[in-house]
Amino acid sequence: MIDLLAQADNALDGLKAVGAGLGYGLAAIGPGVGIGLVVGNAITAMARQPESAGMVRTTMFLGIAFTEALALIGFVVFILLNFA
Amino acid sequence: MDLESGRSVNPQQNDEPEKGIVADMLRRGLKIVPVWLLISLLIWGVDGALSAAYGVALIFANFLAAALFLTWAARISTSALMFAALFGFLVRLGALTVAVIAVSKISFFAPVPLGITIIVSHLGLLVWETRYVSLSLAYPGLGPDNMAPKKFKETK
Repeated sequence: MIDLLAQADNALDGLKAVGAGLGYGLAAIGPGVGIGLVVGNAITAMARQPESAGMVRTTMFLGIAFTEALALIGFVVFILLNFA
Repeated sequence: MDLESGRSVNPQQNDEPEKGIVADMLRRGLKIVPVWLLISLLIWGVDGALSAAYGVALIFANFLAAALFLTWAARISTSALMFAALFGFLVRLGALTVAVIAVSKISFFAPVPLGITIIVSHLGLLVWETRYVSLSLAYPGLGPDNMAPKKFKETK
């Protein structure tokens, strides 16, 4: 009985790790798409108005960082599920 | 833009705006880090403070790596910029994961303060910086770089 409980506990830990990894991977998809959109539109803006490249790149960098925060939230959930 | 000058970034007068933004963020971050570490020490103890310090260091390194990589790519071409943004995102996420897993077996590792610090410092620094950048984008004439008294040139 104790062996069975230990096996179930191990299986639960394994499932938790798999879930954390899957969650982290899924959480990174959205920001990846978002960063693609941000940079793609920034490049279009720079091509249309090269003189405003400094302003566009500033906004782009902040946009990338804000989008990346979503992936970091997924990363923190991964840490908490795996190590807490 | 450098750390010593203590001047905020004015994007319209900067050839490398990413570096300027990150230098600003680091300068502001270094002012607030001791307070955050003290709070972590009071709430979670020494282990929590050490983990929080590690989290802050990870976020600083993440911003710095992003800025350097994007600045380098922007000098080459817009295609390189696209590559740097997407590939850099993947590489930095991977590096963060490896950096956290590497210390997970060390005795001081505390996941809760580390996680909270990562999110709070990333978003906090960004929001703080966005306030200043928005102001200088909206009113370039009021930007901190333009506030020094100007010397008048005599015209003949």
